[in-house]
Amino acid sequence: MEEKAHTSSIYDKALQSIKENLLYAGALAEKAIQNAMTSLLERDSELGRSVIDSDEQIDRLDEAIERKCLDVIALRQPVAKDLRFITTAIKINAHLERIGDMAANIAEKAIALNEEPQLKPYIDLPRMSDTAQQMIKKSLDALVREDCDLAEEVIKADEIVDNLNDQIFRELLTFMMEDPRTIHRAILIMQISKNLERISDHATSIAVMVIYLVTGRNVRHRDKMKKIK
Amino acid sequence: MQNNDIIIRTKNVDFYYGTFKALIDVTMDFEKNKVTALIGPSGCGKSTLLRLLNRMNDLIDGTRVEGEVLFEGTNIYNSNVDPVDIRRRIGMVFQKPNPFPKSIFDNITYGPKLNGVRGKTAQEALVQRSLEQSSLWGEVKDILKQSAMMLSGGQQQRLCIARALAMKPDVLLMDEPTSALDPISTAKIEELIAELKKDYTIIIVTHNMQQAARVSDYTGFFYLGELIEFNPTEKLFTRPDEKQTEEYITGRFG
Repeated sequence: MEEKAHTSSIYDKALQSIKENLLYAGALAEKAIQNAMTSLLERDSELGRSVIDSDEQIDRLDEAIERKCLDVIALRQPVAKDLRFITTAIKINAHLERIGDMAANIAEKAIALNEEPQLKPYIDLPRMSDTAQQMIKKSLDALVREDCDLAEEVIKADEIVDNLNDQIFRELLTFMMEDPRTIHRAILIMQISKNLERISDHATSIAVMVIYLVTGRNVRHRDKMKKIK
Repeated sequence: MQNNDIIIRTKNVDFYYGTFKALIDVTMDFEKNKVTALIGPSGCGKSTLLRLLNRMNDLIDGTRVEGEVLFEGTNIYNSNVDPVDIRRRIGMVFQKPNPFPKSIFDNITYGPKLNGVRGKTAQEALVQRSLEQSSLWGEVKDILKQSAMMLSGGQQQRLCIARALAMKPDVLLMDEPTSALDPISTAKIEELIAELKKDYTIIIVTHNMQQAARVSDYTGFFYLGELIEFNPTEKLFTRPDEKQTEEYITGRFG
């Protein structure tokens, strides 16, 4: 849907700049997950430490985006879709910042795991991580294209990640029961899995916000309501 | 909306200035004890509609109304309806404060005197009540005999509102009531509007969209003589139904 420009081009530029910054933050967050997982899979603790260091960049960007959003509210009093965009941007920004924190968290656990022999081959974790990264990318593409169908795909994909997390949990439980010496490593892996599961929750929330932006409908608690029925 | 909550209803109203059609098929319900705002770009017909509601357009030569304007169920354009009576029951406040060059007291009693309100006590009570309702009493109660012209613009506008209220109208029409006022006076008038809707129905035309958003319960958006969208204010300013409304209120217009 082609949108007309504002009479004030400065207003348009401010909104555009917020959008571009969100995409940049999204790209950084995706890269952070990618690197954190590589540091685990290739036992590269140096790379893991760089993920922890670079989280600061995402944090700075988070502050900058929030400030830009507040400026638009204070100076332009946005309404209708512009208002929905700003509220959406503030929330998406917070989700991306949390995703960055979780990537750093994964890197921390990876560094600790790299100190010990590998417990088991990692098969489901990379699948989880790939899906979660795809979800972030798609949710931000949905934002740019204002594409509700794409946002719905992201919401559906959340279940794949949830199931993988459950599976990993059960598998690790058997390791721990058989041999208590694996407990430390198993817990670290569980925490990584849990972080990936939370990351996909954040991506899902971004997708939900995109649907709100485009339609004005809030579908945040839709699934819960279905379950109650 | 319950039928008996509607105080004014326009039905398929067309309005002409000579051959120029300024309003096209406007059907709109105004709810009692609510504030309804009319917004839209210059020349969209919103002021024309406002003036139509108490027959102020009668005063302009070559104008013509088609359709019905029902006030409590009666078409105010029926031949047996007295426009003066209509204007008493549907008062109006204009863009520029326009007090009479008389004392504050006389400004308020001018209309009621013509309508037979006699006696000092009755007049004093009326002046106090009207000024209290327009939140001006505290500021002017000791200078009632002084000229209204010495009041500030914001005070003059509240005096004009008091003057309209002195006629005990049912409906108050406001045509850009704060566009000539500073932000503090504007805030006082907006506060007053919220207070007045307990007793009156208010219909306000404003170029200031934030003002419409702040003070009104319902908002109608007009464009080129047509009512494009009429919705509860918070709906219109967050999730408008019409693309044209969206473009106008977000400033993507023209």
